Amino acid sequence: METYYDPKDLGKFSEIGKDAPELAAKFFDYYGAVFAEGELTEREKALIALAVAHAVQCPYCIDAYTRACLEKGSNLGEMTEAVHVVNAIRGGASLVHGVQMRKIAEKLSL
Amino acid sequence: MTDAEKRSAVEPFQEALKRNGLQLTREPTRTLQVNAGLACGLSCGHCHLEAGPDRREVMKRETMEEVVACARRFSFAGIDITGGSPELVPGLDYLVSSLAPLTPLLIVRSNLLDLERAPELVELYREMKVVLVASLPASNASQTDAQRGAGVWERSLAALKRLNALGYGVEGSGLELDLVSNPAGAFLPAPQGGAEKKFRADLARKAGVSFNSLYTFANVPLGRFRGFLERSGNLDGYLSRLSEGFNPCTVGGLMCRSQICVDWRGRLYDCDFNLAAGLPHGGAAGSISELAELPLPGTPIPVGDHCYACTVGSGFT
Repeated sequence: METYYDPKDLGKFSEIGKDAPELAAKFFDYYGAVFAEGELTEREKALIALAVAHAVQCPYCIDAYTRACLEKGSNLGEMTEAVHVVNAIRGGASLVHGVQMRKIAEKLSL
Repeated sequence: MTDAEKRSAVEPFQEALKRNGLQLTREPTRTLQVNAGLACGLSCGHCHLEAGPDRREVMKRETMEEVVACARRFSFAGIDITGGSPELVPGLDYLVSSLAPLTPLLIVRSNLLDLERAPELVELYREMKVVLVASLPASNASQTDAQRGAGVWERSLAALKRLNALGYGVEGSGLELDLVSNPAGAFLPAPQGGAEKKFRADLARKAGVSFNSLYTFANVPLGRFRGFLERSGNLDGYLSRLSEGFNPCTVGGLMCRSQICVDWRGRLYDCDFNLAAGLPHGGAAGSISELAELPLPGTPIPVGDHCYACTVGSGFT
């Protein structure tokens, strides 16, 4: 194995059901239902999935949902903005903890 | 089996049909498609015919007269003029004005930019109530320009605005303007309903442009697009994606079953893609001047791996 991540492994996702078929079936049924058109369109759900894929930094998900977003009619501008939303929330989550740091530092300081 | 299929990583299309108990055969012919030539002001990356500014193949007047005679001999529910860019074919005005009275539906396909340079043709189209079908791959600049060339997005919007000003694509005008979107790459098209909604909202918001209908079609792995797939290492993956999405239910409604396509030389094909693949109607080169009767229902249609593009998902009908 040259790398831990092989793009071909994405196509083997269903093999996860080999030793726990009932759990896999429940997961894949749920997964399919989640991405079906509902109050949100399939296109909107794919954009959310792409953003989350970047947040969890999953290369399989980034591969799958880049294609899915394009095939649902999103463009690169929308997809790039979605990744910036991730970045803003991740960066913001770090930065907002600075308030905690400041509170602790103020308590400790003269 | 075509040479391309011999090299292909996917099951030959004919085998996929057989496995599903299907045959691709002709039905009564309703539409005449006229490919007026390969000259085009653009060299789009998805073009299955490799049309472009350096192509000189265009329909001559003599062949146009044969096409008109054919349209007079038979009754076509629709006639569809395509290219290349029909506007670059000398004598197109003759073809349009001669065919319009012979059919209830005359369609001309346009890349928009060459139409901009021919205002007299736009006037003719209005007069003849021609349905205009214009190519626009995306509702944004980057994907449009990536497929069709730098600056095409802005110029396409300008052309669409002018067509709207003339009544095309405006509700109640009786002048129909439809858009066709092919994906800007090696991926499948968005479902038509959602894409039409998005295009309508985006084009109205960005440019105040309106249109009647949007059609989304998969790119066909032939010509310049096949070259891109090969160069970019996407060919096997794209063909697999098409063949894995093969939907047997689409076969009954395929356009190749009910149209006859004539190229700029007067040669006959079942569809424009078979023209690009060099697969003539009936398996042997025939000419429109010799077309004494329309193809008999049940006549087999030649196929290749490109046929997967018309049968993926909801299909190309």
